[in-house]
Amino acid sequence: MSPRFLTALAAIALAASACGASSATAETPATTVATTTIPATTTTNSDEGGFPVTIETASGSVTIETRPEHIVSLSPTSTEVLFAIDAGAEVVAVDNQSNYPTEAPVTDLTGFDPNLEAIAGYGTDLVILMYDPGEAVAGLEALGIPVILHPAAWTLDDAYTQIEQVGAATGHSEEASDLIDSMRTSIAAATDTTDAGGATYYHELSPDFYTATSATFIGSLYGMLGLTNIADDADPDGYGYPQLSAEHILAEDPSLIFLADTVCCAQTIEAVGDRPGWGVLTAVEDGAITELDDDVASRWGPRVVELVETIAAVVDAHLTG
Amino acid sequence: MTSDEIRPSRLRWWWFVGALLVLAVAVLVSVMLGAVDLDASSVVASLFDRLPFVDVDSGLSDREEAILWELRMPRVVLGGIVGATLAVAGGSYQGAFRNPLADPYLLGVAAGAGLGATIAIAYGPSIPSTPFGPLPLMAFIGGIAGVAATYAIGYSVRAGRTAVTLILAGVAVASFLTAVQTYLQQRNAETLREVYGWILGRLSTVGWAEVWMVLPYVVVAAGVMLLGARRLDVLSVGDEEAVTLGVDPTRVRLVMVLAATLGTAAVVAVSGLIGFVGIIVPHTVRIIFGTSYRIVLPLSVVLGAAFLILADLLARTIAAPAEIPIGVVTAFFGAPFFAIVLRSSRGLGS
Repeated sequence: MSPRFLTALAAIALAASACGASSATAETPATTVATTTIPATTTTNSDEGGFPVTIETASGSVTIETRPEHIVSLSPTSTEVLFAIDAGAEVVAVDNQSNYPTEAPVTDLTGFDPNLEAIAGYGTDLVILMYDPGEAVAGLEALGIPVILHPAAWTLDDAYTQIEQVGAATGHSEEASDLIDSMRTSIAAATDTTDAGGATYYHELSPDFYTATSATFIGSLYGMLGLTNIADDADPDGYGYPQLSAEHILAEDPSLIFLADTVCCAQTIEAVGDRPGWGVLTAVEDGAITELDDDVASRWGPRVVELVETIAAVVDAHLTG
Repeated sequence: MTSDEIRPSRLRWWWFVGALLVLAVAVLVSVMLGAVDLDASSVVASLFDRLPFVDVDSGLSDREEAILWELRMPRVVLGGIVGATLAVAGGSYQGAFRNPLADPYLLGVAAGAGLGATIAIAYGPSIPSTPFGPLPLMAFIGGIAGVAATYAIGYSVRAGRTAVTLILAGVAVASFLTAVQTYLQQRNAETLREVYGWILGRLSTVGWAEVWMVLPYVVVAAGVMLLGARRLDVLSVGDEEAVTLGVDPTRVRLVMVLAATLGTAAVVAVSGLIGFVGIIVPHTVRIIFGTSYRIVLPLSVVLGAAFLILADLLARTIAAPAEIPIGVVTAFFGAPFFAIVLRSSRGLGS
């Protein structure tokens, strides 16, 4: 209860500060075509007028003096955001987990243990991290490199705020707000027409039954479609990612099973059906198991839309009617 | 240790029966309790129903039957096999190396198996873990390599082969192997969680397939160790005395260490790393019953099984319906116990 409440508070604070930041850059010339899909064409965004920009992130207030031209992203989600808002041309390096889109300049850098020298070596003028293992933010700031710390989102609003901030920080506010509008529209379209009516689901993160509760970002997406999580009892502390006992999964007999361990751990619909005792599950008998892409299911970027639409289609196919 | 001379050196049959009773109680309690509440009388009825020529309606639904027979039962059985093997292997290592602190985890077996498993997870073909897949095989190879390295280093020390040098060699080998493993983990961050789960020990996903897979190895290994108990007793008087009694110490040591490593690697391959069983159980038996290996090894088999079954019961019920890793439970009880053993065994090593 209280961690969620604090998260919500933090999200509100972030959103409020981000609004202030983007209104400061509002005089950006409208060079983007207004469209409801993700802008695919590269727009020449040559304005300097928006900068300096100040945004509030998890690591505090960051001021970006001029429009960044050498961006390093050590967050797979942020990499996806950067390319979706046409900032891809300014990205010089991304971490080894940033495998989407394919044109992202993948390096050996890792977001779990950022190497400050290596980051600075790219002539970097903006770094986006999702995790600060120690003094990474302070160290980069000491080098005069602005850092945005965007940890895992807990809600869709967190995710939108992060997109908005990345847009403001890179001089792509227009594209960012178009992306957010398009995401809101698509997700609303899915959630307006699909309601699972409280049916239960199990979202698997690993074959030893680690899962995400409804308090997590991914859990909130399922909740928007009217699904009930079977793991909430197992997580009294609100940590969000408990390991379930197989007995509990069998006893709860979830209507839908989603596998987010298909890439990491090669789990398949067949493998789940072959697990000891799992043959009696309704979802196994009904074929109501869905193989998700681990990456799509663990990030909070533009492809969340894809994920929500996939889940909605599964609900429509198996639960309604 | 002179006080042990007044203790009997042979296993009394009623001790063994008593230990079996403890094991039977542990099994029964473990089968009845779990994340899901099953009616105790229905569970007993279902157990009787499986006996030949008995037909009892347990009143359990298909799903409850599956929970009992496909999830809980193999887990209890495998927990027993793993505990028995780790305990008897620990006892055998202690006898073979004449070292009260020897244990699969201090001799580099576990670190070697961990490295093997990490290599299999990080670089192996991306197929689901199966009993015959690369994960158990690599854990096995790593375990053998770990103890071989420790043995080679520990016994190449010229200044004198003492219990301390062997343990120090084990520490060096384990540290090195763990460092390599950590490096590989860092390089392959996406598999971190899988490796982590394996290292903390997992009985949470096992079924009957794992039981059948380890059983042949374990039966052979435990059989060899139990038959060698008498020779370990001879060895305990010292190598030169053993030779005059017609026992070849090097050969006994080799056979016992190979058997213990075979058993350890087999169970570690299916259960992950579960520490301290090989220390706690044999030493408890020594303290209560006597130091003869003809007492320590058979009772370690039975009580090791009972101990791990109960530890796993805690692991799967304390936070139900969530799980806590069994390695955490055994270490929680094992580490303080190990400290007590360490205190009371001062001077024994050299």
